[in-house]
Amino acid sequence: MAELTYRNAIARGIGQEMERDERVVFIGEDIGAAGGVFKTTVGLFERFGPDRVRDTPISEQAIIGGIMGAAMNGLRPIGELMFSDFVGVAWDGIANQIAKTRYMTAGQVALPLVIRTANGGGTHFGGQHSQSVENWHMMIPGLKVVAPATPRDVVGLMAAAVRDDDPVIFLDHKKLYALKEDVPDGEIVDVLGKAVIRHPGSDVTIVALAAMVHVALEAAGRLAEHGVSAEVIDLRTLVPLDTATFLESVSRTGRLFTVEENPRLCGWGAEIASIAAEECLWDLDGPIVRITTPHIPLPAAANLEDLAIPSAERVVQTVLSQA
Amino acid sequence: MSPPNDTFEITEATRLLLYQSMLRCRALEKKAYDLFMEGLVQGTTHLGLGQEAVAAGFAATLRPDDMSFATYRGHNHMLLRGMAMAPILGECAARANGCCEGKGGSMHITEVAKGAMGSYAIVGAHLPIAVGAAWAGVVRGTGQVSLCFFGDGTTNIGTFHEAVNLAAIWKLPVVFVCENNLYMEYTPISAVIPVEYPAADRASAYGLERIIVDGNDADAVYQTAVTTVERARRGEGPSLVEALTYRHKGHSRADPGKYRPDEEVAAWLERDPLLVYRGRLESLGFPPTVLDEMEQLARAEAEAAADEVRAAPLPDPAALMTDVWANGGSEWRN
Repeated sequence: MAELTYRNAIARGIGQEMERDERVVFIGEDIGAAGGVFKTTVGLFERFGPDRVRDTPISEQAIIGGIMGAAMNGLRPIGELMFSDFVGVAWDGIANQIAKTRYMTAGQVALPLVIRTANGGGTHFGGQHSQSVENWHMMIPGLKVVAPATPRDVVGLMAAAVRDDDPVIFLDHKKLYALKEDVPDGEIVDVLGKAVIRHPGSDVTIVALAAMVHVALEAAGRLAEHGVSAEVIDLRTLVPLDTATFLESVSRTGRLFTVEENPRLCGWGAEIASIAAEECLWDLDGPIVRITTPHIPLPAAANLEDLAIPSAERVVQTVLSQA
Repeated sequence: MSPPNDTFEITEATRLLLYQSMLRCRALEKKAYDLFMEGLVQGTTHLGLGQEAVAAGFAATLRPDDMSFATYRGHNHMLLRGMAMAPILGECAARANGCCEGKGGSMHITEVAKGAMGSYAIVGAHLPIAVGAAWAGVVRGTGQVSLCFFGDGTTNIGTFHEAVNLAAIWKLPVVFVCENNLYMEYTPISAVIPVEYPAADRASAYGLERIIVDGNDADAVYQTAVTTVERARRGEGPSLVEALTYRHKGHSRADPGKYRPDEEVAAWLERDPLLVYRGRLESLGFPPTVLDEMEQLARAEAEAAADEVRAAPLPDPAALMTDVWANGGSEWRN
């Protein structure tokens, strides 16, 4: 057991898998000798060499198409897009090619690959380097979507993503890079599609993802002071989606809130709300309430961005106003 | 254009293979057209009629484990990797006997086990995919070469430049083949490029040789293919070939091709790659009866395949929900 940052967990998770399986390779912009612009991949180039850890030109379409081709010919590649906003540059490769090719070839083409990218706001980079794009990927059939909230989960879910035989979008969160926790030594391997209850509670269920898990946990602490017992669920993966965990929680609490960093319309919580409304309406004692970033591009100014992204205070006030 | 090298030997067997390959492509595409007219092919289809020499010349140089990537106008390339005609025509008709069981369609002919790595319907999408597949071959030490066929219009899309650049700086075994048929869909390519040759005139930007070949001359294509595929196989990096050719029909079934001047079409029909090659074989002393028999065999093969398609069932409704994931299913929740 040793303390590990979320930032260093990324290199540890990738390194764990590259050590285990020589078919695992890693490409992206400045990921090699430079160790990544966020220093998330430090040491991998030195450890595994330029044949397996490769810097690319600024060519997002070539990175995404390249890992698809590499996966078609026997490798299990990880491709990094420096910021998750850049998926827009490579969207044909992700949404039209990688997501659909297995289905469209009746299962002939296997694409065991991971697209790893720095997602989310709170770091004042402005509207094209701060977005939470998890919902963009969730709506495309054929993509699995992972967004870890803790250093331990970065390692375990990266292992699960690399070992999965389907394409996985792995969204680590920029705001969490400095987060630390004690993480067990040795190999950590999770499964995709398993949510965890981060904080048990009996009055309300709050479903969150990635950085919003920590916002929800802080809110749960403050809600306790107001006599509200909040259960916080970390979804961890959007596809596959662990519906059982939140449906069971709502059956006990009777109230459901989502805390989402993506903009309002068609955010992942809309699907959660829809499933709850269809499948556990009679367990609910009040409306399902979504707490999201408004339907706006993210501003650069710190005070404006802080207003936009859900805060613990907003979660507390929203829950209390509904109580 | 580089003239065919007189010292380059092409064996009799290779010449017969090239002719047979082109005859089979021609028969296949004519049958795809017939099936469309019979109402069996839904949606659309993009025929490679007139462009057979490019497919034949390159296919004749490949190893079974080499990988071919093509566009929606890719029936010829996929056939010549060893696919049978019935799974191609069956896929055009979206029947259960199609190579993708009817879930891909005419624009997505694929048989991975034969190195027919797919036909891609979004212009330019497959160029970086072909590059990545070539890189995997290098990492794994397989000696495979990746062949990537695309049209003249593709040279204006970003993936062309990203893919050629990456292949060049990583010195990957890729042969990029631009089939310049003079039209990007309905627009003359000359109207949308600032140079004369859409691929060859861009090659120098990536440190590559300027290679232009008569794409209606199977011998010339074959010679270029041998040179570029061997270079890739030796680890000397990618090539960018521009093959000048012409499609006999419009862009797709919706297009009668009326934007092309009659005299231009007539001139290219006189340079039909099958006519050109038939003439050459006869002048070299190949008996016409043998050549006629080869043509009959190709037509019979296509007709038998078409009969299979006509008799094939529609896809099983259960196939709707299969093969989204590696476990064979489509579940996204518990």
